[in-house]
Amino acid sequence: MFKIEQSEWLAPKVRRLVVQAPRVARRHEPGHFVIVRVCDGGERIPLTIADSDAEAGTITLVVQVVGATTEKLCALEAGGAMENVVGPLGRPTEIEEFGHAILVGGGVGTAVIYPQAAALKKSGNKVTAIFGGRSKEYVIFEKELAVHCDAVHPCTDDGSYGYHGFVTGKLKELLESCGDIGAVLTAGPVPMMRAVAEVTRPFGVKTIASLNPIMVDGTGMCGGCRVTVGSDMKFACVDGPEFDAHAVDFGELTDRLTTYRDQEALAWNRLNGCTPDPAKGESGCKLRESEEAAANQ
Amino acid sequence: MLKPSERMKIQRQPMPEQDAQKRACNFEEVNCGYAADAASTEAQRCLQCKDAKCIGGCPVGVKIADFAEAIARDDLAAAADILFADNVLPGITGRVCPQETQCEAVCVRSKKGTPVGIGYLERYVADWARENRKDLFEPPNPTGKRVAVVGAGPGGLTCAGELAKHGHAVTVFEALHVAGGVLVYGIPEFRLPKDIVRAEVETLKARGVEIVTDVVIGQTYTIDELMKEEGFDAIFVANGAGLPVFQGIPGENLKGVYSANEFLTRVNLMGAYQFGQTDTPVIDASQIVVVGGGNTAMDAVRTSRRLGADPATLVYRRSREEMPARVEEVNHAEEEGVVFRMLCSPVEVLGDDNGWVRAVRCIKMELGEPDDSGRRRPVPIPDSEFEVPCQVFIEAIGTQANPLLTQTTPGLKTNKWGNIVVDENNMTSIPGVFAGGDIVRGGATVILAMGDGKNSAVSMHEYLMKSDGNGKASG
Ligand SMILES: Cc1cc2nc3c(=O)[nH]c(=O)nc-3n(C[C@H](O)[C@H](O)[C@H](O)COP(=O)(O)OP(=O)(O)OC[C@H]3O[C@@H](n4cnc5c(N)ncnc54)[C@H](O)[C@@H]3O)c2cc1C
Ligand SMILES: Cc1cc2nc3c(=O)[nH]c(=O)nc-3n(C[C@H](O)[C@H](O)[C@H](O)COP(=O)(O)OP(=O)(O)OC[C@H]3O[C@@H](n4cnc5c(N)ncnc54)[C@H](O)[C@@H]3O)c2cc1C
Ligand code: FES
Repeated sequence: MFKIEQSEWLAPKVRRLVVQAPRVARRHEPGHFVIVRVCDGGERIPLTIADSDAEAGTITLVVQVVGATTEKLCALEAGGAMENVVGPLGRPTEIEEFGHAILVGGGVGTAVIYPQAAALKKSGNKVTAIFGGRSKEYVIFEKELAVHCDAVHPCTDDGSYGYHGFVTGKLKELLESCGDIGAVLTAGPVPMMRAVAEVTRPFGVKTIASLNPIMVDGTGMCGGCRVTVGSDMKFACVDGPEFDAHAVDFGELTDRLTTYRDQEALAWNRLNGCTPDPAKGESGCKLRESEEAAANQ
Repeated sequence: MLKPSERMKIQRQPMPEQDAQKRACNFEEVNCGYAADAASTEAQRCLQCKDAKCIGGCPVGVKIADFAEAIARDDLAAAADILFADNVLPGITGRVCPQETQCEAVCVRSKKGTPVGIGYLERYVADWARENRKDLFEPPNPTGKRVAVVGAGPGGLTCAGELAKHGHAVTVFEALHVAGGVLVYGIPEFRLPKDIVRAEVETLKARGVEIVTDVVIGQTYTIDELMKEEGFDAIFVANGAGLPVFQGIPGENLKGVYSANEFLTRVNLMGAYQFGQTDTPVIDASQIVVVGGGNTAMDAVRTSRRLGADPATLVYRRSREEMPARVEEVNHAEEEGVVFRMLCSPVEVLGDDNGWVRAVRCIKMELGEPDDSGRRRPVPIPDSEFEVPCQVFIEAIGTQANPLLTQTTPGLKTNKWGNIVVDENNMTSIPGVFAGGDIVRGGATVILAMGDGKNSAVSMHEYLMKSDGNGKASG
């Protein structure tokens, strides 16, 4: 069992969990993730390691509630425990001397870019972070990022805080105004990463996206996490999860992420005791419907 | 004692099975096991050859004639002692070994009829032992040596058990959340109940073997760290050949295409067939096509059948005779209503407008000249393509060595397929690091992995006992 040391809401439906996992903490590098199982009979889900403390033996996870398993996970309080945590998995971020690196995070992706920011700064880069959410209350990790970045640009869709607009709008501004940008690293919802890739493409700036396909084992054993990069099939858990965003087939990734939509809705309903009315076009998952509505905006 | 001529008259005792119609809808074990009288009758069929060929046919050299003799005189405790002396996981091998190509293939009785049901008898004794036999294991004197085993599959578990017998402190590191390797994530419940694997693992733990799950060697620790920082004196690597191969045909990333590993892992390890009580889903499909001819393909297609696929179709590019799967599994699959489409090969997975699999396009094959494996090479017949409708398409065409560990272990020699190279003592190019099972052999069998575990343990014991107090070999 892996003990939860701290657990708190950072934003609506976004929770920060500090978990005892000394073996993982001692080897964590930016870009690594873990696979967790909340309880016996539970699903194995991948989560990025947002931070670690090798001495205390803890790792930090930032989790957004999007379905049954993340809901169960976010119901855990300090003092509780998770059944399994395995990692660190995946290849770490390639920290190079880019000159000026821009990190673009959306939603919980902001937690993914945090350790990258720290490492990039440490190896001598100028680091700018662009991150955001729907409105002010969804903006996370600003203080933490500010510690390591030369500039931070929080963005909100509704203009309630920081830059008014999508992260890609701010990114484009910077690409046009700064000539020194050597790389853009991005993590967040697939449509956002795809948009980031399209913004940087005409500028020819190296762009790395942290992909989030559905995973099972996380060790290269099942191939469920396969993604197409260029003309190659890659297993995101062992070959990634970070890939050249200009070569990733985002359409395929988006589609594959919908594979278990029906079963996920069932699981959610069971957990929350709701009965959908298909006649009204309800999939049953109120949370999902509101997320989808937001994504379609 | 019966005379050989009397023994020769006894017919092979059939294995009682769950009714085919019924079992095609459940995950309970297909074979029910011999009753006591059937077991002793079958044991009497053994001619007690002086030069028992069957022993040489067994990769771990079980004294088959001796344990059959003990069963025949109803001394199951003695039979169990004989069996366990050479095979620490008989409940498993009795169920999954390809006996027809090993011990039973060389049984003299197979020359003029059917061989002794060695696998069935082995299973019988193992099951009796699980219920009735006390583990008489005497904790040996600790040697003070520490050994790490990578991977809790049959190879790793066997090696761990053998090393513990010598008094070495053994820690098994397993990437997944449970021990067992393919025995728990691949081979389905209806062929190998997971309780049996659990019981074997518990026995090892009771003998002092420490099993640490959720640790991926190469990621959580490197081999180098295990030796230098974690203080292990020797390591046995048995991480299997778990990387699935895809055919490389168009449409493989459509929703509904699985590797057999993913499909079986979801259903077996994660319990997707009980979705609702468990949280891991598997795609609901009324028609499933599986490609391949080995045990993995057979497990995938029979699992599909049990999840309700009708038809569950098996596509294989050679003919039935060439299928590498255990004969019993092929027969069981057929009885359960699996549709066999031999001599054809998928060329494309076809999708609908929403990105879901709707069919697989296959081409017919004919057998040409023999290839390197001695089997006749399948050759496509031009203009013979046809479609098989399905919503799920499962590829069971083989696995490769997983590079996760080897890539992070500088100095570890591998061959061109990524399999670890070992010497005659199963030692790798790194002193003190041994390896065995599928990572060395490529996809092989449970018993060969166990044989490697056992032989490696012998070499490792020697290596450890001649090394100096610092755990470094002195010679
Ligand atoms: C390498 C990697 C790192 C990740 N890091 C984080 C993180 O730090 N914080 C975080 O909140 N989430 C992260 N995710 C996503 C997280 O794993 C999923 O949100 C989670 O699996 C959803 O499980 P669920 O049962 O709650 O939702 P479900 O009901 O199973 O699914 C809800 C929605 O999430 C999508 N989804 C399902 N499984 C996955 C999955 N494995 N990956 C991505 N989307 C999925 C589905 O397509 C669906 O639209 C990461 C994913 C990957 C692959
Ligand atoms: C579906 C299926 C059916 C089969 N049916 C039969 C059958 O009927 N009869 C038969 O004889 N053989 C059968 N086989 C083959 C047989 O299962 C294998 O040959 C055997 O399991 C190999 O044993 P192993 O110990 O080498 O590896 P595995 O059983 O593969 O075990 C390796 C273990 O190592 C773990 N691991 C991997 N990488 C790491 C790492 N880096 N760190 C820590 N742990 C790691 C894995 O999670 C796994 O638990 C079948 C195989 C499959 C896939
Ligand atoms: S998650 Fe199974 S191979 Fe990547």
